[in-house]
Amino acid sequence: MEFLRQVLVILAKDVRAELRTKEAVNAALAFAVMILVLFSFVFDPDEATTKMFAGGLLWIVFAFAGTLVLNRSFAREIPNDCLDALVAAPIPGSALFLGKALANYLLVAAVELVALPVFGILYYVRWYERFWQVMLVLALGTWGVTVIGTMFSALTVNIRLREVMLPMITYPMLTPALMGAMQLTVDLMNGKSIAGDATVWLKLLVGFDILYTAASIILVDIVLVG
Amino acid sequence: MREKLLYALGVIAFAILARDIFIIAGFPPEVAQGNAFKIIFFHVPSWVAAGTALTTALLSSILFLVTKNFKYDATAVAATEVGVAFLSVGLATGILWARPIWGVWWVWDARLTSALILWLMYAGYLMLRHAVEEPTQRANFAAVFSILAFIDVPIVYFSIRWWRTQHPAPVFFSSGGSFPPDWSAVMGWNILAMVMLACVLVSVRLQQEQAQREIDSLRRLAHAL
Repeated sequence: MEFLRQVLVILAKDVRAELRTKEAVNAALAFAVMILVLFSFVFDPDEATTKMFAGGLLWIVFAFAGTLVLNRSFAREIPNDCLDALVAAPIPGSALFLGKALANYLLVAAVELVALPVFGILYYVRWYERFWQVMLVLALGTWGVTVIGTMFSALTVNIRLREVMLPMITYPMLTPALMGAMQLTVDLMNGKSIAGDATVWLKLLVGFDILYTAASIILVDIVLVG
Repeated sequence: MREKLLYALGVIAFAILARDIFIIAGFPPEVAQGNAFKIIFFHVPSWVAAGTALTTALLSSILFLVTKNFKYDATAVAATEVGVAFLSVGLATGILWARPIWGVWWVWDARLTSALILWLMYAGYLMLRHAVEEPTQRANFAAVFSILAFIDVPIVYFSIRWWRTQHPAPVFFSSGGSFPPDWSAVMGWNILAMVMLACVLVSVRLQQEQAQREIDSLRRLAHAL
């Protein structure tokens, strides 16, 4: 119970700080729209090709834009030595990590939920036809992105070339989750619901999320405290 | 003494590889692939060497987190560097072989894609190490990353296999043929030589790493005085 309260305090603090400045969320949104525009030059966005590429494109946008939010997560604590204060606070490292991960999750999900209709308008994709299944894939895929991103955000916060290192080490490790989410999203955007063979991707996403959440909670103390 | 032994081992490994090049050159061309198949005698051994090195790296990383002994951290970085070098050899020989046989340099087949992602992850490990200045922090971060990366290896491999089994692969070379015994013997020798070479390289790199650490501590001592 106490642990949950500590997680919620960190979560509330991070969301409040972000909502007051809106620096990461605004940047991520603008960046997401920018990628959507750039991709319109990559292929002719007619209906057939869009259906083929939509899922992949969407997750590339989410992963890239998400990194902007995740980069700020721990970097925000650098001025005034806030990170040292947080680590010294009487809460376990795992509570700090989970609080931050959940805050990032909400922020990244918010960016995605705004970007999704924009994507639907620009590329004329009927993403809302299987609304709840899309939301499920979004929820699972985003957690994969945030849990690894938050872990690596903590890992890279104090090092040189932070902004470069985070995507460099995050994306290769994210490949299975992104691949699963892309496969499912392509199916859903083509009007197919998740059934039969496709459930293996859903299981992959769930497994990936659970495995990396557990590993991060176990290992985060080493990263934060040493 | 230890160094002499090390160099002797390296010389033997090179001698075996050099001898095998002559033997392999004497093999007749294969029915379907001509002479291009011969690269397999260096392709497979470099993957075995890479696998050995990276497994060593993982075990050393775990041992470091448990014992906090910097000897294991040095082993982990030495083994990962050598592992990445052999991964690169494996990828390069594969690409060279693919061009005449498949007609393209690269296909997005399960094995190739997993191998490339593996290479990217461990290259990330090396870059991460370069970016962290403080030795204890560097060792901790690298060990954590190594473990997280290792968890990913089977997930990457199986997910990409599902991906490719769901969508039938493009024209893809598959040989039902078997290896004649004298070829297998040469392959065995080459694997042994490559693994030996990897061990020598890891040990040399390990010595460098330990020397570096000694220099660093002396420098800190000088600053303190």
